[in-house]
Amino acid sequence: MTTTADPKDLKAFAADADAWFRENVVADPGFMLPLTFMEVGTDQQFHFLRDWQNKVYEAGYLGASWPKEYGGGGLPQAFQAEATRAMRRHNGPIMLNAIGLNWTGPLLLDIGSEEHRKRFIRGILSAEDIWCQGFSEPENGSDLGNAQTRAVRDGDSFVVNGSKIWTTLGRYARYMILLARTDPDASRKYDGLSFFLAPMKIEGVETRPIRKLTGEHGFTQTFFTDARIPAHDLIGTEGGGWKVAMRTLEYERGARGGQAGGYVSVDTDAFAVLGLARSMMRDGAPALEDPAIRDRMLDFLMEIQSQTLCRQRLAVAPLNAERPSALPLSSKLIGTEFVRRINEFAVTLTGMKGGYYVGEPEAINAGLWPRAYLNAFSATIGGGTSQIQHNIIGEHVLGLPKS
Amino acid sequence: MLDLGRLGFSEEQADLLEVATRFCRERSPISKVRSLMLEETGFDTDLWTEIAALGWLGIAIPEAYGGSGLTLAETVPIVEQMGRRLLASPFVPTTLAAQTILAGGTEAQKEALLPRIAQGARATLALAEPDGDWRLEQMTSLAEDRPDGRIALSGEKRFVLDAGAAEILIVSVRRHGEPQLALLEASDLPTGALRREIVIDETRRSFALSLDGVVISASALFDPARVRAALDHVHLAANLLSAAEMSGGALAAIEYTVDYARTRKQFGKLIGSYQAVKHPLVDAYVRYEQARSHLYSAAHCFSEQGAGEIAVRMARIQTETVFAYAADRSIQFHGGFGFTYDCDAQLYRRRALWNASQNGDAIYHRRRLASLIF
Ligand SMILES: Cc1cc2nc3c(=O)[nH]c(=O)nc-3n(C[C@H](O)[C@H](O)[C@H](O)COP(=O)(O)OP(=O)(O)OC[C@H]3O[C@@H](n4cnc5c(N)ncnc54)[C@H](O)[C@@H]3O)c2cc1C
Repeated sequence: MTTTADPKDLKAFAADADAWFRENVVADPGFMLPLTFMEVGTDQQFHFLRDWQNKVYEAGYLGASWPKEYGGGGLPQAFQAEATRAMRRHNGPIMLNAIGLNWTGPLLLDIGSEEHRKRFIRGILSAEDIWCQGFSEPENGSDLGNAQTRAVRDGDSFVVNGSKIWTTLGRYARYMILLARTDPDASRKYDGLSFFLAPMKIEGVETRPIRKLTGEHGFTQTFFTDARIPAHDLIGTEGGGWKVAMRTLEYERGARGGQAGGYVSVDTDAFAVLGLARSMMRDGAPALEDPAIRDRMLDFLMEIQSQTLCRQRLAVAPLNAERPSALPLSSKLIGTEFVRRINEFAVTLTGMKGGYYVGEPEAINAGLWPRAYLNAFSATIGGGTSQIQHNIIGEHVLGLPKS
Repeated sequence: MLDLGRLGFSEEQADLLEVATRFCRERSPISKVRSLMLEETGFDTDLWTEIAALGWLGIAIPEAYGGSGLTLAETVPIVEQMGRRLLASPFVPTTLAAQTILAGGTEAQKEALLPRIAQGARATLALAEPDGDWRLEQMTSLAEDRPDGRIALSGEKRFVLDAGAAEILIVSVRRHGEPQLALLEASDLPTGALRREIVIDETRRSFALSLDGVVISASALFDPARVRAALDHVHLAANLLSAAEMSGGALAAIEYTVDYARTRKQFGKLIGSYQAVKHPLVDAYVRYEQARSHLYSAAHCFSEQGAGEIAVRMARIQTETVFAYAADRSIQFHGGFGFTYDCDAQLYRRRALWNASQNGDAIYHRRRLASLIF
């Protein structure tokens, strides 16, 4: 891949992207779109977002920097960055196939075989093949290394039995990145795991929807009963699955790059919350005139500014020299907890109407805020809980002993 | 949308950060900090000479006045590293005095004083008064014209940093009812004009100053048209440098506590493996990194109208809050040892309390910030 861009081409590309998104973003599809890929709950949302991702890809604004031979655009990274900026500028809906675009794809490009790349990358980009992640189990969540779903070698396939849970997009996925135990007798629990690119639409794989705290359907539980996975779809080495899983978590937590571009969640708009503080009345005056509200609003604006500045600081090597992993490893904790708290605050700002929920015609912003608050836990729990993030930062950045 | 500032980092800042990190670590070990605490002047004059020789005093002074023509942003990494090592020196008051002269002094004053400061003359500011109000234009000290054309000063100043070792002092007074600034040489002060104050941060030297009986010439007065702007400028500059000190101090308090948590064992386990210790340390650290990003945004945007003030106040609030938290937890996580004079946690906690008390605290800055943003 080339790494430098002709600035003239880049400018033209950026202008085209800007025009394309201006033209093609649908302002109001007539139903509430999910704020993150983890929220996709209805077929209506799913199909809308799948078509949207496909359209963006076909226009050349997704995977623009992935290699051409597998379906990418073959352009330098700066091009995709411009396309993503244009997408954001025009408030484009999220990219649906998050696990494929952000984790499976980079993983295949880093350590996958030629055959895997040829087979999977294009479908990831076009959203034809939706991917899901089979890591967590009913009994093993934070302690992922203890996963017990069994995969037993039988000729040129593995036979899988067990269950995965909280599988985002599980109902729609054609493939799963699956962590399963191939050697129950390994001396360290981590060494008995292998990592598979597992088909979902086969005999022996069954998904059951789980209802979320919002009342909607989202993720699933996935059951494996003598499901057969081709042995050549094991990625990494047999028994080396933990290392591969850790690598995908680095993509997931933003500590490793190579993603296809776009975004898979919409940033909470702190200025929209500020607008709420100005428009909602509290004791006869705009809420923002209440000193306690004002002070808390100030905190949120400072916090969002902190995150912006920390992102800018990533590019300033001398300011990260002493602990280079600090900012990447803490951004998930900071970002997700912020989203949870600011949405909670937004509900507070709506005062008495904070008691309304989605569906009530008089709910503020159609019930966006309470729903966003409840959904915000998806990110403070999923992808490693905030408590586990504390452990990771303490142990890997500060060098504190393991809990 | 409102501009809240942005991060930028110059090559000069990078170079100075590297040099200052090493210099402060090597030249200000805790043993040295503690021995200087016992001495009257409170700093090492040889080290001061070295600092002057490094050119650090002239960084934010224009070349025309004998400096290197950079900006206050380039002093930030230095002050940050000084704060981290609790390095005692009159660097901050001297730098702020030079900034005040630049912002409000007459051409003759700039020509006479700035090259001297760049060479190593120590200077300080006498702005606060016994009422302890942070509003700098609130002074009651007076400058009164005498029949002989000279000017008599009267009144009381407080919290004058390193005044005992300063050659040049800048005092704020009221003249014809308006705020004014005046330059004093140490030799203008009658004996007994200075009294060393007992302050919570024992690495600091702070003085009460009585202006009664001080007589100066009219040429010692600042340009009256620029005094208010100079006071505003020095208020923000003082907060920028205080934020830099507190950023460094917060990191030091965290590192000091992390070291202990990695060596002290209880119930057969290192205390740092307990989440009741680990997680608050991580909270402190994560917030420190955020505060540090604010600091370098404030440094970068300092001279910008609007964004500069917002960024400085944010940095000040963030660094003060995290330094207080980190140092407070540092005492707690050292257990009984944390309660002792020998434990360095108290040095950081006292430093944090001192810095919070000067130039407006976080609550004060929050109010100012709110009125800038909302
Ligand atoms: C919306 C959503 C989508 C998800 N999508 C997927 C997906 O697509 N694929 C997938 O594999 N998984 C997914 N997950 C699962 C997620 O990764 C797990 O829920 C998470 O890792 C926590 O595991 P657990 O649910 O078993 O909770 P537990 O591990 O049982 O944790 C319970 C509580 O104990 C705390 N805790 C546990 N261990 C420690 C410790 N060592 N120190 C301190 N506190 C601790 C946790 O922080 C938590 O508060 C999703 C989760 C959510 C909420």
